[in-house]
Amino acid sequence: MPDGATAVLAVNGLKTVFRTRGGEVHAVNTVSFRLRPGEVLGVVGESGSGKSVTMMSLLGLLPSPPAELRAGEVLFEGRDLTRLPPEALRRVRGAGIGFVFQDPMTSLNPVFTVGFQIMEPLRKHLGMTRAQAAARAAELLDLVGIPDPRARLRDYPHQFSGGMRQRVMIAIALACNPKVLIADEPTTALDVTIQAQILELVRDLRQKLGMAIIWITHDLGVIAGIADRVMVMYGGQVVEEAPVKRLFSAPRHPYTRALLGTIPHIRGPRAPRLRVIEGQPPILRAHPAACPFRARCAHALPRCAAENPPRFPLGGGHDVACFWDADTGAAREAAPREGGARHG
Amino acid sequence: MLTYTLRRLLLSIPTLIFISLVIFLLLELAPGDPLADQPLTIPPEVRERMRAALGLGEPVYVRYWKWLVQFFWVEPRVMLDAWLGTAMAVGEQRIISWQFRAPVFDVIWQRLPQTLWVVGMAYIIGVLIALPIGIISAYRQYSWFDQIGTFVAMIGFSVPTFFTGVLLIVIFAVNLGWFPSIYDTTLRVTDWPSFVRQVQQMAMPVAVLALYNAAQISRYMRASMLDNLNQDYVRTARAKGMTEPVVVLLHVLRNSMIPVVTVIALGVPSIFGGAIITEQVFKVNGLGQALIGAIYANDLPMVQTLAFIFAILIVLFNLVADVLYGLLDPRIRYD
Ligand SMILES: Nc1ncnc2c1ncn2[C@@H]1O[C@H](COP(=O)(O)OP(=O)(O)OP(=O)(O)O)[C@@H](O)[C@H]1O
Ligand SMILES: [Mg+2]
Repeated sequence: MPDGATAVLAVNGLKTVFRTRGGEVHAVNTVSFRLRPGEVLGVVGESGSGKSVTMMSLLGLLPSPPAELRAGEVLFEGRDLTRLPPEALRRVRGAGIGFVFQDPMTSLNPVFTVGFQIMEPLRKHLGMTRAQAAARAAELLDLVGIPDPRARLRDYPHQFSGGMRQRVMIAIALACNPKVLIADEPTTALDVTIQAQILELVRDLRQKLGMAIIWITHDLGVIAGIADRVMVMYGGQVVEEAPVKRLFSAPRHPYTRALLGTIPHIRGPRAPRLRVIEGQPPILRAHPAACPFRARCAHALPRCAAENPPRFPLGGGHDVACFWDADTGAAREAAPREGGARHG
Repeated sequence: MLTYTLRRLLLSIPTLIFISLVIFLLLELAPGDPLADQPLTIPPEVRERMRAALGLGEPVYVRYWKWLVQFFWVEPRVMLDAWLGTAMAVGEQRIISWQFRAPVFDVIWQRLPQTLWVVGMAYIIGVLIALPIGIISAYRQYSWFDQIGTFVAMIGFSVPTFFTGVLLIVIFAVNLGWFPSIYDTTLRVTDWPSFVRQVQQMAMPVAVLALYNAAQISRYMRASMLDNLNQDYVRTARAKGMTEPVVVLLHVLRNSMIPVVTVIALGVPSIFGGAIITEQVFKVNGLGQALIGAIYANDLPMVQTLAFIFAILIVLFNLVADVLYGLLDPRIRYD
């Protein structure tokens, strides 16, 4: 594991709780991860596993109430974003870390031109004049592959298709050359060709600009094509993290294995029916005291109901939060790595 | 947008003609006799001649036609004559009020300033109060400010203006003696003391109506802001590093104003008619009182003309609201 000094973004023990009328919802439970400069970290997990909430917590973008950051630190350029005064945090948002949200159809303001919305961060963070910002905005639209960018700056979001709006969102996120780009399912709303184009674009940009990217998706195919490392989330925690090749060739968490098993294969005999993971992801009303996956797990051990498994390091940047050892098919013997234990 | 506006204006002509016919016929059919308050000692023949002099001898369709011609052709030219000093409509028959024995439009021009000053001012003040209250209430939802705003707004539109009006009169005019209880129309503002007196006599009616208007509009503003504050684009604006004033007063407000502007525009016609009760309570002899007086006196030309003017204003401001909507919301295309 790289240490905090070389990571551009280091998240330690992040915990986010929603206070709702029906009680608390523990959406993010002691999540820790690191992002190295220029790397692409893929984040996968079922709907509701806490991917979006984790990333929005980093920048304090969740409405509070109901959201509440209970614990953890987010180190970016040596500063803890969770303790930054509002003005300093605003300078990080947009300028240091760009964010592409999940829903392109509603994430742009309908009453302002696309040009205005791209130029806003340029003028605020980089102090550009209107003319400079307009020129740069046109460049950005060109960069994300929107034809006739100068003219399109004057158009409103509804005059763009869903795929183009997603590109506009990416252009906004990239506007100030951020060190980190967080892309929350940026391609799920798009058809396959556009998806491929955007993936190509991001690979390209990463080469050119050298930024680190967090890429959230449901699509393991996309992860295989773009990510360097993968983080699997379940029940608001990281259950497995590994370099992308390792994860696909030797997944160690039963959830990851099940997730990989749900991908239908083109070659080979056709499965009688599509495989699914039986059961529902949990809604956690309290900090998990046991493994949240145990009810759906084929390998659950008595210990899984008594204690929440910490992340066991397996070497080579691979770790897994599971008491069951896939290599031996029995309970794990090794002691957890230091600091990996999860306490609320 | 221009072609749309023109098309709508053209379309509103048949609408208005139909409305005018309905107004005319309804009032024609309503029971009531303009000579009812004349002494019973007048002999029937004289009574008949008086009716003829009022134009009542002719069939309904003739009178309707005459009224239309007078409204759309004679009166506008009389107005132009007065403004430009020309003499296009000299000697032509105008719409005459039975009650005042004078042209209806002369009465309206006399009454209009009071109504505009008192009710119009109350509307403007109401809007100016309502917008910030609505914005802050939404942004700080469930704060003490929002709770108080909700409470005052509830009082504002559930307590009728004739009650708040009388209450204010009892407190501020009768007990404290700060303000006059009757509006003096003859007051001319020429110097500082007369200006102060004008402000004093406007204070209470304006306050009553402004409270009522502000109560309604602030609720609309609040609801619209709340709708928009939860939208995804607000998060995008924050993620770009925009400050809260920019997020709320530019991104959210610009969207929230779209329905509110429509409501404000649609409320403008009520300035001219809806303040009838307040005008009664404070004895402001504006258009609302003119209408009430004309109804009591069976003054059909006056009632017909005023009712029709209100109808025109309503149709017109509906159009204004639609055009504003189109201007504010780029997603709306009318062509
Ligand atoms: N405003 C909120 N109030 C209460 N609970 C919330 C709120 N927002 C999210 N949650 C809960 O947080 C959990 C994680 O949600 P999150 O949006 O992070 O999931 P996700 O992994 O991004 O899913 P998806 O793939 O569908 O985007 C869910 O259980 C959800 O119910
Ligand atoms: Mg999500």
